[in-house]
Amino acid sequence: MKYYSINETLKSLFRNRMMSLASISSVVASLLVLGIIMSVILNINSFSEGIKHQFDSIDVYIQEDLTKNEILTLGESIQNINGVHSIIFETKDQALENLKIDFEEYSYLLEGLEYNPFPNTYIINLDDVIYADSIVNQLKNLQGIEEVKYYKDLVNRIIDLTSYVRNIGLVLTLFLAGIATFIINNTIKLTINARRREISIMKYVGATSWYIRWPFILEGTILGLIGALISTGIIYLIYSYSFQLFTSQFYVVFAAYMLNVKTIAKEILALNLIIGTGIGALGSLVSIRKYLNV
Amino acid sequence: MYERLENMIKFDNVTKNYSGGIVALDNINIHIQKGEFVFIVGQSGAGKSTFVKMLLKEEPPTKGEIFIEDTKLSDLHSRRVPQLRRKMGVVFQDFRLLSKKTVYENVAYSMEIIGAKPKEVRKRVPLILSMVGLSNRAKLYPDQLSGGEQQRVSIARAMINNPTLLVADEPTGNLDPETSWEIMRLLKQFNRNGTTIVMATHDQNIVDAMEMRVIELVNGKVVRDQAKGVY
Repeated sequence: MKYYSINETLKSLFRNRMMSLASISSVVASLLVLGIIMSVILNINSFSEGIKHQFDSIDVYIQEDLTKNEILTLGESIQNINGVHSIIFETKDQALENLKIDFEEYSYLLEGLEYNPFPNTYIINLDDVIYADSIVNQLKNLQGIEEVKYYKDLVNRIIDLTSYVRNIGLVLTLFLAGIATFIINNTIKLTINARRREISIMKYVGATSWYIRWPFILEGTILGLIGALISTGIIYLIYSYSFQLFTSQFYVVFAAYMLNVKTIAKEILALNLIIGTGIGALGSLVSIRKYLNV
Repeated sequence: MYERLENMIKFDNVTKNYSGGIVALDNINIHIQKGEFVFIVGQSGAGKSTFVKMLLKEEPPTKGEIFIEDTKLSDLHSRRVPQLRRKMGVVFQDFRLLSKKTVYENVAYSMEIIGAKPKEVRKRVPLILSMVGLSNRAKLYPDQLSGGEQQRVSIARAMINNPTLLVADEPTGNLDPETSWEIMRLLKQFNRNGTTIVMATHDQNIVDAMEMRVIELVNGKVVRDQAKGVY
């Protein structure tokens, strides 16, 4: 039974090659647009994730008059706060040194300093940015802290931006998937309409509905699969070209966060395979239904 | 002549009304035994096509009951209709071959749907193609054949599973007289081998020459049922 179906399918795909080509083209076109948008979204996501990581630490300035032991106890209490991943202790001397390294050409300005204006600092790395607010609140209850420095607004804005991009991406993806389904469904309808006679003859010679259905569903799936592979291939080419362009000619800042070709190709391939074959199979199943009642 | 009288087809007070007050069949009673060769004759619109549609359970009768062998068609679930159609071969005026399949594949398809083994298919299809004289046409597509050849393919397809009943709806309607006789010879041969044949036609010459049972329909009523009749 299965053997016939697969055989039927391949033969029929070839014999209806104009229609097959039309279906594949519409799958490719839809998935191409979807893939391009997805790769942009993935990149913006990765960009904001990367930026977020750079600013997701909290600096805790320690009061000048604390003894070594008190500093250590403070460190332990900070470490115990929920959401704290790790802490680094930076002495005031280190802080000054870092500044000198960061601003090498202006370091002579610092030579004239009579005392070191930097406080001893604990730098807290967070498990996740979402803990930031609660950690800052709990820090306020601890003794011996001069000031808590946290780029709250910036991080918040990035969090907002990330979820904004994600939501827009989701809506756009759903919208496009809808359009793709519509286009593919229509193409399959055309195919099946052209083969309505064929289906009715099959019914006359006593074929069961499922016997007729199987080849069509397989056909839809294979068309979707071919379309998915082709569109992924095209996106791969487009993306590696733009990747090269961005990393060699444009802003390094953005390029540093650009996802590499392999990562994108994998994501898009998975997405296209699921959507392509899914739409192909479902489209056939739905379109064939009304012609089966003979 | 008949060794046993077994019911093949039975129409019990069958009436079929279409919307708009059209009475296609009007209280029809027909009994056809196994092994018979029956012509259903009448003008266009007399009810021949409706008669065939009822047999295939394409449409249900408005009133009355139809039996094929022991099956009461009104009791047959729509899911079981394929099983009914496999018991009978059907031949149409317009051949109804699958245009994207070769002669061989068209015939093989009928075997494949009943789950025949590929080995069995490869054995039987050439056999039946040689019976209808189309061995050298097996690899061609329907549109590469003449009308008579296409009808022979459709007969081969109808007969491949050895049905007890062959229903033919105007099988010679699109053919010239010469070709029509080839088809009739084939049908006669299958009938001699035991297949019941019910043929709707308005071809007077054929009916007169064959001297078989004739049932005449006028305005959906049986007006004549005659053994060895003429048109």
